[in-house]
Amino acid sequence: MAGTLIYAEVQKGEIKKGAFEIASKAKELGGDVAACVIGKGAEALAPQLAKYGADKIYVVDGSEYENYVPETFVQAFVQVAQTVQPSVILTSASAQGKDFTPAVAARLNVGAISDCVAVTKEGDKIIAKRPMYAGKAYAMVEAVGNPQVISIRPNALGAKEVAGAGAIEKVAVNLDASKIKATVKSVEVAATTEPDQTEAEIIVSGGRGMKGPENFAMLEQLAKLFGPTATTGASRAAVDAGWRGHSYQVGQTGKTVSPNLYVACGISGAIQHMAGMGTSKVIVAINKDAEAPIFTKADYGVVDDLFNVVPALIEEIKKIKG
Amino acid sequence: MNTVVCLKQVPDTETLIKVAGTSIATDGIKWVISSFDEFAVEEAIKQKEKMGGGKVTIVSLGPDRAIESVRTALAMGADDAVHVNDGAYYEKADPYATAQALAAGIKGLTYDAVFLGKQAIDDDAGQVPAMVGELLGLPVVTQVIKFEAAADKKSATVTREIEGGQMVIDVPLPAVFSAQKGLNEPRYASLPGIMKAKKKPVDVKNAGALGVTAGPMTVVKEMSLPPARQAGKIIAGDDAKAKAAALAKALHEEVKII
Repeated sequence: MAGTLIYAEVQKGEIKKGAFEIASKAKELGGDVAACVIGKGAEALAPQLAKYGADKIYVVDGSEYENYVPETFVQAFVQVAQTVQPSVILTSASAQGKDFTPAVAARLNVGAISDCVAVTKEGDKIIAKRPMYAGKAYAMVEAVGNPQVISIRPNALGAKEVAGAGAIEKVAVNLDASKIKATVKSVEVAATTEPDQTEAEIIVSGGRGMKGPENFAMLEQLAKLFGPTATTGASRAAVDAGWRGHSYQVGQTGKTVSPNLYVACGISGAIQHMAGMGTSKVIVAINKDAEAPIFTKADYGVVDDLFNVVPALIEEIKKIKG
Repeated sequence: MNTVVCLKQVPDTETLIKVAGTSIATDGIKWVISSFDEFAVEEAIKQKEKMGGGKVTIVSLGPDRAIESVRTALAMGADDAVHVNDGAYYEKADPYATAQALAAGIKGLTYDAVFLGKQAIDDDAGQVPAMVGELLGLPVVTQVIKFEAAADKKSATVTREIEGGQMVIDVPLPAVFSAQKGLNEPRYASLPGIMKAKKKPVDVKNAGALGVTAGPMTVVKEMSLPPARQAGKIIAGDDAKAKAAALAKALHEEVKII
């Protein structure tokens, strides 16, 4: 098939938004679009993929796919890929995708281009744009193997609904149990409904100026006001001080994010931090130090004490929302 | 416990990146161990200490300059190293080619675990751990934040970071593990450590001598800098409350986000 196979990730019983984004991209690239969805209960979710351009949807469903176990999922997906024989494989560079994609590429004995923010086609070659140095530079990269395996950063591309009904096929996978050596003992996922920082549309982030862990409650309150697509983040200084877990860290040794709105509270804007959030669509900086480098990148700067500004901002937003 | 640590030398995170052709300008760069690889080095040394001995072998692909970072790891407490010193191969190496060279450097060594950083902080690809595991035919656990080997060194119980939480996994050894921040606090090299490191054995080989024939599977066609961001406006107001009101208004009317 001279088309594209996408991997649709399932989490908490739902197909992730990133899957719809890559399905839309696959449709735009042209050729047949096949999707592979793996998960317990995946069959019921499969029709959603047709709405975003999948012509054919391969479903791998069963209790052994309840948790993401790399070897199990890689085996299942590779078997589907060998049936489909796509020239392009698209995945989402989510937390799971970052584990899954290189393993799939290695199993298919090709390379991969990871965490891309734009994908175009030149003839039958895909050229992908990806950030390096946490966004301090961008590379245009071409894959020379077949298939071309490319993971796409969540939120970088839009998802577009199209008319059409994809055919759904349930696939029976032959798992080679001898290769599945890791066993999952427990999975602990926080009950939060907050999106991951890499997938959030709004991030309210705090730095050294927050002064202590207890003060992050007001950032959480502000994020909550912005709605379900918002979450909180932190600078390295706040994480290293032990005020926030490292999964909150935005920057070169943390997460690279690209939300619609990034609100930096008490963050001076070290080069490593700015690399990680510099592609945010709108940046707001609240800092009492008028000389803080963050103000050179911020679309809106508030030079004042965040402990006065943030509570007042919360009240003002409440007023606007009625 | 015997371990192998794959290490990459990268520009310090303070580096202001400048483009040169399809790569970056390397003048004036301070080269350091990639920060996630530091966690890998620390974990290997920690396990050696905890498990009552063994050996930590560093394997690194890089040009001549990479030896400095290899010596830093030896000074931290690693015992010996394989330096795949091949500037020409390294220059074109993508994650696939890098994994080929590292796996070739690892083959023939005796080990219970291979540790790598979850990604190098220069190309940020995050592919090498999975690919090395595949090439060695070993299970891979990425994003590890806690590692505990069984007393008989036949298995390990590890905690890996997943989206919004954690997963605890039992895996037989040998296996490949990629280190995430939170795994440990890397130590600094001590002065005696630095002195000792100078005499520790480093096996230097080029890719050809290791029998690596596979080339890169991806090619960088062009490199560019992101568009420069301009400073926007500073919100004026008599006090914090007035500024907050003006900001809320801007977010509502201009950004249309509220």
